[in-house]
Amino acid sequence: MADTVLFEFLHTEMVAELWAHDPDPGPGGQKMSLSVLESMGFRVGQALGERLPRETLAFREELDVLKFLCKDLWVAVFQKQMDSLRTNHQGTYVLQDNSFPLLLPMASGLQYLEEAPKFLAFTCGLLRGALCTLGIESVVTASVAALPVCKFQVLIPKS
Amino acid sequence: MAVCIAVIAKENYPLYIRSTPTENELKFHYMVHTSLDVVDEKISAMGKALVDQRELYLGLLYPTKDYKVMFRKLHNSYTVVMCNPFYNSGDRIQSSRAFDNMVTSMMIQVC
Repeated sequence: MADTVLFEFLHTEMVAELWAHDPDPGPGGQKMSLSVLESMGFRVGQALGERLPRETLAFREELDVLKFLCKDLWVAVFQKQMDSLRTNHQGTYVLQDNSFPLLLPMASGLQYLEEAPKFLAFTCGLLRGALCTLGIESVVTASVAALPVCKFQVLIPKS
Repeated sequence: MAVCIAVIAKENYPLYIRSTPTENELKFHYMVHTSLDVVDEKISAMGKALVDQRELYLGLLYPTKDYKVMFRKLHNSYTVVMCNPFYNSGDRIQSSRAFDNMVTSMMIQVC
């Protein structure tokens, strides 16, 4: 299906573009680009969070919202479901994708491990934005141990 | 038909509010505010029960009429506004003509 690659190509270009004009290769400039990517993902996530849950608005608790993210949101954006969701029931959730589509074409294993975070920033923002629309303030981070397996950690502070 | 339509943000301020100019508008603003309390009550009373968004709509005011249809149209238009890249979350909804037209079609026709 041509549709899936459209987003992948666009995403690749976004990352490339942000890094091409980066005059400061040190940690300061990198952080700026990462937060730009994250905020883009956030805005998209906000709109998706409004648009996707059409008939399924029966979110009674956090876990339901996370399940929605793993199933409906992931399917809408990446055409597959999240592979695993773990929680400690204290507000921390770990979402694991064993073949993340944005990392899949890059490598398999430890190659390009340092470059991987750039390609996860947008998706972290996506998750945070969708959660925000659904009424949950959160902090989302991602980690890669070996491509293309990646984990997204969602922290929801107790209030 | 509606006399007053308002869209309230998460932070409890109105993103969009319009009422028919014949009545005292302030009265409607207060009503909107009090209805927020009713919404809160309903939500907190729900607990773990699986509840439809539709039930919320009908339960608030008098359980009659096509309010379901009206609310669905409103929600759809709001979603469209949200997807507009030039609209920032939390802004007043002032530049969307489509949203205005939709609200006009739902307000009471006063001649």
